Amino acid sequence: MNLSYSEEYEAFRREVRAFLDKHWTEADREKAGEAPILAMPRKQTEREAAFRAKAVEAGYLYKSVPRAYGGSEQPFDAFKSTIIVEEFRAAKAPREIPGQGVAMLVPTLVEHGTPEQKQQFIAPTVTGDLVWCQGYSEPGAGSDLASLRTKGELDGDHWIVNGQKIWTSNASEADWMFALVRTEPDAPKHQGITYMLIEMATPGIEVRPLKQLNGGTDFTEVFLENVRVPKNSIVGARGEGWPVSRSTLKHERAFIGGTDYVRKTFDGLVMLAQFTNLRGEPAIKNDTIRTRLVELEARLIAAEFHGKRLLTMSGKKQDTGLAGLITKNATSELQHDLVDLALDIMGDCAALATGEEKAPFSGMFVDAYMWTFALLIGGGTTNIQRNIIAERGLGLPRDPATKR
Amino acid sequence: MDFGLSEDQQLLKATVARFLAEQCPTTRVREVMESDTGHDAQLWAGLVELGIASLPVPEEYGGLGSEFLDLSLVAEELGYAATPGPFLGAAMAVIGLVAGDAQELKARWLPETASGGSLGTVAIGEAESVWDPSGLKTSVSDGKLTGRKPLVPYAAVSDFILVGAREGEESGLWLVEAGASGMQIEPLSGNDMTRRLDDVVFNATPAVRVGGPDALARCLDAGLILISADAFGGARRVLEMTRDYSLEREQFGQPIGAFQSYKHQLADIAAEVEPCMALYWYAAHTVDAFPEQTAKHAALAKIRLGEMFNRVAFQCTELHGGIGFTWEYDLQLWFRRALFDKGFLGEAALHCDRVAEMAGW
Repeated sequence: MNLSYSEEYEAFRREVRAFLDKHWTEADREKAGEAPILAMPRKQTEREAAFRAKAVEAGYLYKSVPRAYGGSEQPFDAFKSTIIVEEFRAAKAPREIPGQGVAMLVPTLVEHGTPEQKQQFIAPTVTGDLVWCQGYSEPGAGSDLASLRTKGELDGDHWIVNGQKIWTSNASEADWMFALVRTEPDAPKHQGITYMLIEMATPGIEVRPLKQLNGGTDFTEVFLENVRVPKNSIVGARGEGWPVSRSTLKHERAFIGGTDYVRKTFDGLVMLAQFTNLRGEPAIKNDTIRTRLVELEARLIAAEFHGKRLLTMSGKKQDTGLAGLITKNATSELQHDLVDLALDIMGDCAALATGEEKAPFSGMFVDAYMWTFALLIGGGTTNIQRNIIAERGLGLPRDPATKR
Repeated sequence: MDFGLSEDQQLLKATVARFLAEQCPTTRVREVMESDTGHDAQLWAGLVELGIASLPVPEEYGGLGSEFLDLSLVAEELGYAATPGPFLGAAMAVIGLVAGDAQELKARWLPETASGGSLGTVAIGEAESVWDPSGLKTSVSDGKLTGRKPLVPYAAVSDFILVGAREGEESGLWLVEAGASGMQIEPLSGNDMTRRLDDVVFNATPAVRVGGPDALARCLDAGLILISADAFGGARRVLEMTRDYSLEREQFGQPIGAFQSYKHQLADIAAEVEPCMALYWYAAHTVDAFPEQTAKHAALAKIRLGEMFNRVAFQCTELHGGIGFTWEYDLQLWFRRALFDKGFLGEAALHCDRVAEMAGW
C-alpha cells in the first residue's frame, strides 16, 4: 500500500502542472471559478477552445478518441487519468466538454460508428460545435427501457419516426439527438431497436420544457411526428441498437459513481452546521447533529478510499466486480443522507425555499436535497442497481421479468 | 499509487484463511466456546507458528516487525472464521509494550510473546463505559496499582496484563504479572463466547510502568482498528452464508434468493459492507504512513464497522428465517461476535464525540 505515486507518475504530474501553468493563466483561473456539480453543455468560448486544442495535442483530453477524429488517442492508464482530473480541477481548467455527446455518443461512435459517421460527428462533438441530447426514456419506458415504443418505419431512403421521448436534458440547445427507436415491431423487444442519429432541426420535432419538482426546467419532452431521418443515419445494424447503446450507459454509471461531489457537499454541510445557530448555539455543538455528522464522515471516507481501491484495481487491469457495482447506490445514498442532515441543521428554516435569503445559505441545501433524485433515479434507479448488484455481484438468480 | 495489498500481504491473508478453514471449522469453534477458559492452546500454537504473534514484535526482539496492516488482515481472517481465543488483547498488549519506553520489559516479554511462550492482554476500560484515557480512575503510586477494570479479555489465562491508569495527572500503561498480589479475576458471562471477558480488581497490586499517554493511545487505536477488521471479516462471512443459504433454501417452489425483496435486501447489505474494507485498510495504513491521522481514522473505523457488522448480522439472521434463530445454526456465532465488536473499546457515540472534539466541532 502506497498512496503516493511512483516517480514516473510524479513526473507526469509535474508535466501536467507545467502545461497548465503555461496555457491556463491566473487570470483564466480567476475567471473560470468553481465548476458546478452538474455542468450543462454549452458552446465553448474561443479561449476555452484554444486551451482544449492544446490539451488534446498534449494528450490530456479525449484520450480514448483517435487522433484522426480530434482525440488524443492515449493508452488507458487509470492513474494518469486521475492525475489529469486532479490537476485540471485544481487549476480550474476546462476539461472535456460536459454533456451526453462527449460522455455517451462519442464512445459509442468510436466503437460502432462507420468511418463516415466518425468523420462527420466525433471531431465537432469534442470541440463542442455539435451539441447532443439523448433520446432514450419514454413515458412508458423508464427502468424497462427496452419496452420503448417510439417507432421508425422505412419509407424509401428515410425512416419515418413517430413517438415521444422524455427526461431529455438540453434538447432545446441540442443540434442532434441520439435515440433508440423501435424499427422491428415483430422482433423480441431487445432485438427490435435501432440506434438512430436525428437532426433536431428536422420538421416534426417539438421540444417542450418539463417543469420539475424543484421548480426548475432542466429537462424536456421531445415529440416526434413523422420525422424523416435518412436511412443510413443509424449506428450499428438495424435491430442492434440495444447492445450498441449499452456501452454508453456504462460510462454514465462511472460518472455518477465519483465521490467528489459528496466531499463538496460534506464540506458545505460542516460550514452550514458551524454558521447556523439552533437555540443560541451553533448547530455543530448539538450532540445529535455532531454524531450524525461524524457517522457520515466515516461513510464518506469509506467511499473515498473505496474509490482508491477501485482505481488501484483498474490500474492493474483487474475486474472490479462487486466492488464496482455497489458504488452508485452507496454514493448516491450517502449524498441523500448528507443533504437530509442539512435540512435538520436548518431547523424550522427547512420550510423555506431555495433562494429565500432569510434561510441559512439561502436554502441552497433544499435544492441539493431535491436534486438527489437525479442521482438516485438517473443512470439506472436504485432498485435497478440492486438487481444488478444481486445478480451480477452476488450471483443470485435473474429476475424472470427481465430475462431475455 | 497503490491502495491494494502487496503480494506478501495477499499470501499472509490466504495462508491464515487456509489454516483456519482447515483447523478451525465451526465444530472446533463450538468446542472451544464450550470449554472452561475459551482458549485452545493448540489452536493458538498453530496460529503462532504461522507467525501472527511475531507480526507486531520488532525484529530486535525476535519478531517480524511488520506493517500494522498485516496484523489487521490477520484480524479480518480471524473474524471471518469466528476464531475463538485471545488474539485481540494479546496483540494490543504487544503494541502497548512496543510503543512504550520500558526497555527491560520489552526484553523480558516481547521475545516470549513472539514465540508464543507468553500471552498478554490489556485492561483499559472502566465502569460506565469509560475508555478515553482522560477519564481513567485507576491509579498508580509507589509502584502499586489500584482500580477496577470490568472488561478484560482473557485475564485468567494471560501471563501479564497491560493496565491503563494514571499516576498523578499523567495517564499511561503499567504491566501487572499474572498472580500478582491484590489482583482478583472474576469471569463474566459474555454474548460472544469465542472471546472471553473477565472483571479484574487491582488492590495495591505491584505494577511496572510501560509507557505514557502516547503508548496508551497507540494501544487503544490499534485495538479499534483490529476490532474493525474483525467486524469486516465477520460481516463478509455472514453475507456469504446468507447468499449461499438463499440459493439452497426453497419456498413457494423457488430458491428464496430469487425473490426480489430478498435480492434487494442482500444488495443493500453488500453495498454497506463493501466500502468498509477500504475504511479499515486506510486506518491501518495510517499507523505506519501517517501516524498523526491514526486517532481519527481508528475511531471512524470503529464507529462505522462496529455498527455495520451488527446491522448486517441482524438482517442476515432475519433473512434466514427461523433457522437463523437457532443455537445450532452457525450464524449465531457471528451475530454474537458482532455484539462484542460493538461494545468492547467503547460504543459508537463515545468515538463520535472524540472525533468531533478532534475536529474542534
